[in-house]
Amino acid sequence: MKSFETYLQEWPAKRRKEGFLKATRAQVLSVLGRDHLKPEDFLTLLSPAALDLLEPLAQRAHELTVRFFGRAVCLFTPLYISDVCTNQCRYCGFNAKNKQPRRHLSVDEAYAEALYLHQQGHRNILLLTGDAPKLSSPQYIAEVVRRIKPLFASVGIEVYSLTEEEYRAVVDAGADSMTMFQETYSPELYAWLHPVGPKHDYAFRLNAPQRAAEAGMRSIGVGGLLGLESFEQDAFATGLHAWWLTRYYPGVDMGVSIPRICPHEGQFTVEHGVDDRHLVQYVAALRCFLPRVTITCSTRESATMRDHLIPIGVTRVSAGVSTAVGGRATENTHNPGQFEITDHRSLPEMVDAIQKIGYQSVIKDWEDPTASSVGTACLAAAGG
Amino acid sequence: MQVIINGENVQSSADTVASLLRERDLDPKRVVVERNRAVVAREDYDATPLNEGDTLELVQFVGGG
Amino acid sequence: MEDCLTVGGVNLKSRLFIGTGKYASDDLIPAVAEASASEVITVALRRVGMGQKGVMDYIPSGMRLLPNTSGARTADEAVRLARLAKAAGCGDWVKIEVISDTRHLLPDGYETAKATEVLVKEGFTVLPYINPDLYVARACIEAGAAVVMPLAAPIGTNRGLQTKEMIGILIEELDVPVVVDAGIGRPSQACEAMEMGAAACLVNTGIASSDDAVAMARAFRLAVDAGRAAYLAGAGAVRTGTEAVASSPLTGFLR
Repeated sequence: MKSFETYLQEWPAKRRKEGFLKATRAQVLSVLGRDHLKPEDFLTLLSPAALDLLEPLAQRAHELTVRFFGRAVCLFTPLYISDVCTNQCRYCGFNAKNKQPRRHLSVDEAYAEALYLHQQGHRNILLLTGDAPKLSSPQYIAEVVRRIKPLFASVGIEVYSLTEEEYRAVVDAGADSMTMFQETYSPELYAWLHPVGPKHDYAFRLNAPQRAAEAGMRSIGVGGLLGLESFEQDAFATGLHAWWLTRYYPGVDMGVSIPRICPHEGQFTVEHGVDDRHLVQYVAALRCFLPRVTITCSTRESATMRDHLIPIGVTRVSAGVSTAVGGRATENTHNPGQFEITDHRSLPEMVDAIQKIGYQSVIKDWEDPTASSVGTACLAAAGG
Repeated sequence: MQVIINGENVQSSADTVASLLRERDLDPKRVVVERNRAVVAREDYDATPLNEGDTLELVQFVGGG
Repeated sequence: MEDCLTVGGVNLKSRLFIGTGKYASDDLIPAVAEASASEVITVALRRVGMGQKGVMDYIPSGMRLLPNTSGARTADEAVRLARLAKAAGCGDWVKIEVISDTRHLLPDGYETAKATEVLVKEGFTVLPYINPDLYVARACIEAGAAVVMPLAAPIGTNRGLQTKEMIGILIEELDVPVVVDAGIGRPSQACEAMEMGAAACLVNTGIASSDDAVAMARAFRLAVDAGRAAYLAGAGAVRTGTEAVASSPLTGFLR
């Protein structure tokens, strides 16, 4: 079977770096005038030459975003159900070495938290856990999905890498989307950043989105954590990963998340920090390369940044976010979250803000018409 | 002996595919033969017998796009 | 590195495939073949004694024969014709053409994909003639097709790239070469297809029905070469003034 792991070998770091550095202003303008972009064109749009043409690049991205998505933005909220983690990712607040109280919600507690979010108006939920496959087992994840599914139009998972069979079980339980951040696409750096724990296996994580696609997952999101590796390496590989998946799994709703590393509990020096201009360039280049993919922006980014990224290409944002486990309907141990939130707006506040910039919020985008739900069966499709 | 060639009933005295082609003045290098829906390889024309009632297709390459 | 089109392990320098049908006289075929510089030429199979002379004597030696399965109305008939063509000793390439609608002569994608699957398993290099339908193309590739050959317009119409958008999608999405077949009547149309990234063009009627088939064959050769060269060169920006955006409504907040 074809795999992205194999395909990525056609794009070694040296080739990425060279393409990035040699792109010219004329090439950037040529790419901006074209409809179907190839991977090398995407690299051109990530280049320093394209950074000098940021406004025309953003204009082109805006034009494509409006063409394919209209002026609509999907809202979702994360629900952390366990921060017990056996990994020691050097940059993460859940690092097993961080001595902090940990919490693992029972299925009943997870339901209580989910019910609270439902009552707040959320219909699009993303379940997150740390990497503790014994405690937060695939069966546990599937059980939580099955239990809370009637409350939501869409239930996504952002958990450790599962096998195809495990993904199938989660899909059967009612999950329709999965998100998997590769963090970095550089195998050596990946190994250093993830020294122990199940996440140490680079290839198993890299091929997880493909396994989810094989298992029938409807929506799949990928993401590189910008700031770990130099900009062009992971920004390019992330877009390439999404492109490859859309090519071989055209039935999947593909998405890309654009996290930038931010301070957390622990010590980690960010070596390749991505500034605001590069983040804007990344979003615009992704949009030009992949006109139909969902681009998700989390509350790692400020309200100002998020509001400005929407016209350029972001089509999905979170609202009413907490990255800690529990605390809404159940007891909170006041543990710190996975990362620091810089946009604290609630769901109604996000709806207002989005309206103010001339966009419509979509609380519920799609719902499997064959699944049972207490929600009403209206489809708010953003295309057409 | 009666055989069916390209959909028509034909009387023939040929006893092999090769002799049938000779009888009909056809170049064996230019004609492909199917006997009872099985392709006959060119090198087997001499050794392939004709039997009463056989169905034969004799085809050749013509202009096409 | 020389720019070659590889089909079934064979490297082709010419990206123009020509046909042998509809010429005023088959005597023209050698000169047309030479003027086109083509390396691939299509032929059809018919019953002998139907008023058509054989065409083989007119085809220059060294050209690769691409027998088609025209006349087949089902996958089974196409398979049968392909086996006959192979038995004729002209190699293992075959253009699958399954047409049961004699009014519009549009190919039946479902039967074409079925025939492709059978013939690939028998070791043929299969070039299916299809509507530019992404699903049909994928089914043929899944079945092992070496290329896909989408039609530019209904066969024999000389109407040009009527299906341009759809062919563009095939070129964008597929991993196999896209050979534009049928409907290309003018060199400019072949050039446009090549500029878009088509791997090759198959032209028969466009050459055969012109007043001077040999001169037109040469014109098509030049057009296909020009289109290919333009594709490889990468077209420059069409829009102008993208640099002259005075204000920065989308990125001004960064300053």
